[in-house]
Amino acid sequence: MRETHMKLITAIVKPYKLDDVKEALKAAGVVGITVTEVRGFGRQGGHTETYRGAEYKIDFLPKVKLEILADAPDVDRIVDVIAAAANTGKIGDGKIWITDVETVIRVRTGETGASAI
Amino acid sequence: MESGDLAWVLVSAALVLFMTPGLALFYGGMDRGRNVLNMLMMNFYCLLIVPVLWVIAGFSLAQTPFDNGFIGNFDSFFLKDITTAGDGGALATVAFLGMFAVITPALISGAVADRMKFSAWALFVPIWLFLVFVPVFKWVYGGWLFDRGSIDFAGGTAIHVNAGIAALAAVMVLGARKSDPSPPHSLPLVMIGTGILWFGWFGFNAGSALAANGQAAQAFMNTFLAAAAAGLAWLFVEWKRDGHPTTLGAASGVVAGLVAITPAAGYVSGPAPIVIGLVAGVVCCYAVRLKRKFGYDDALDVVGVHFVGGLVGSLLIGFFANPSFFDGEFDEGIFYGGGGKLLLEQVIANVAAIVWSFVITYLIMIVLKKTIGVRVSAEAESNGLDLSEHGETAYHSGS
Repeated sequence: MRETHMKLITAIVKPYKLDDVKEALKAAGVVGITVTEVRGFGRQGGHTETYRGAEYKIDFLPKVKLEILADAPDVDRIVDVIAAAANTGKIGDGKIWITDVETVIRVRTGETGASAI
Repeated sequence: MESGDLAWVLVSAALVLFMTPGLALFYGGMDRGRNVLNMLMMNFYCLLIVPVLWVIAGFSLAQTPFDNGFIGNFDSFFLKDITTAGDGGALATVAFLGMFAVITPALISGAVADRMKFSAWALFVPIWLFLVFVPVFKWVYGGWLFDRGSIDFAGGTAIHVNAGIAALAAVMVLGARKSDPSPPHSLPLVMIGTGILWFGWFGFNAGSALAANGQAAQAFMNTFLAAAAAGLAWLFVEWKRDGHPTTLGAASGVVAGLVAITPAAGYVSGPAPIVIGLVAGVVCCYAVRLKRKFGYDDALDVVGVHFVGGLVGSLLIGFFANPSFFDGEFDEGIFYGGGGKLLLEQVIANVAAIVWSFVITYLIMIVLKKTIGVRVSAEAESNGLDLSEHGETAYHSGS
């Protein structure tokens, strides 16, 4: 069974934008989000912190990763919602990418495919 | 001992006990998340082993009889003649001093963080207690340094200079950590630990009057002021020099001020505690950077804060000692017309403590290194000492 019309939207955003993104997604009708606290760097790079006069390079900055399963026709709209809510216009706002999903299974009922989203 | 005095000494003893868990949090927060339990345990281990050893023989060798020059004897072995006699004053004093014996080796743990085998620490503490803490304590309180005329109200030389220089000797044998130093894993723990230390230090200093009297009140106020002034000094130096007023800087300054006022607490008054605090805050703020210049890996700056802070306070007594607190028993400070005699004695006392503590600690560490080994394996060091030494993890995700 191959149902390539389902997609996984993965978004890396600034931690303090998480609430805005979540509210915007709920308002847009998204029914499930998985959130992970992650660390990383992009073009923004890291920053330095000074403790007792010694500088420490902090390469990995805290970010939040959201994962959202969506039916293909909904993907563009959801991506737009995330991008609008997470945007501050400053470096380090994050990225969104979309991957194909082979199938989805709801653990409780055993439903598969779009009805399991 | 009068009942009011006894009550204050007992309360002070409990306050000083609380400093060791406070120190554990102060150090633990600065340490890495994978070594925080090891840091807490190195401190708690002192709370477990030192009281037992103190009662068996430590107190006796450190204080009985009071006027022995170099070391005591076994007359108070197992607190013979102390546990059953008198009004409780002697027993309360043994307990109070025992708390000092607990925290002194615990201070060294901050230097050896991240790489010392716990089994080596478990042996180091009792050996160091008897070979270094006990004799130096004896010399300063009732022994030859005391007889010469040096003063140390609550343990600047006997505790902070002693532990601070021992920390340097220990890391010279132990060697540097394999991985680069990392920033503090939990500054909120550091701040809680600092608060507990400050709170407990009122017992450490004001309790050292061994009475509920004017000198205790003066020591209390001096402890309050010197810590605040040193915290301010460190905060503003960092703000100007490094760009931010940091929580770690404020906490470090408070501890440096507490260390510096310790030897002077019951002997200075007026603006002196503020001056001592300000000097300690500025000097220690720069002193913690010396380790990179000289290349010794004192992980959490025991040398820069305790050794240097203790020395600053102990030497400033030579200037600020107010004779109204000791009634001719010692020479007055330079600012009270006493000339340089007291300052000279302070220098001699600290040099004696430094030489003994450094040499003996170095030898203890060498013997441990050649026998059971002092370092964890490289693998244990990178996986963390919480797991390798204690089989525990401080922070679990998802539980």
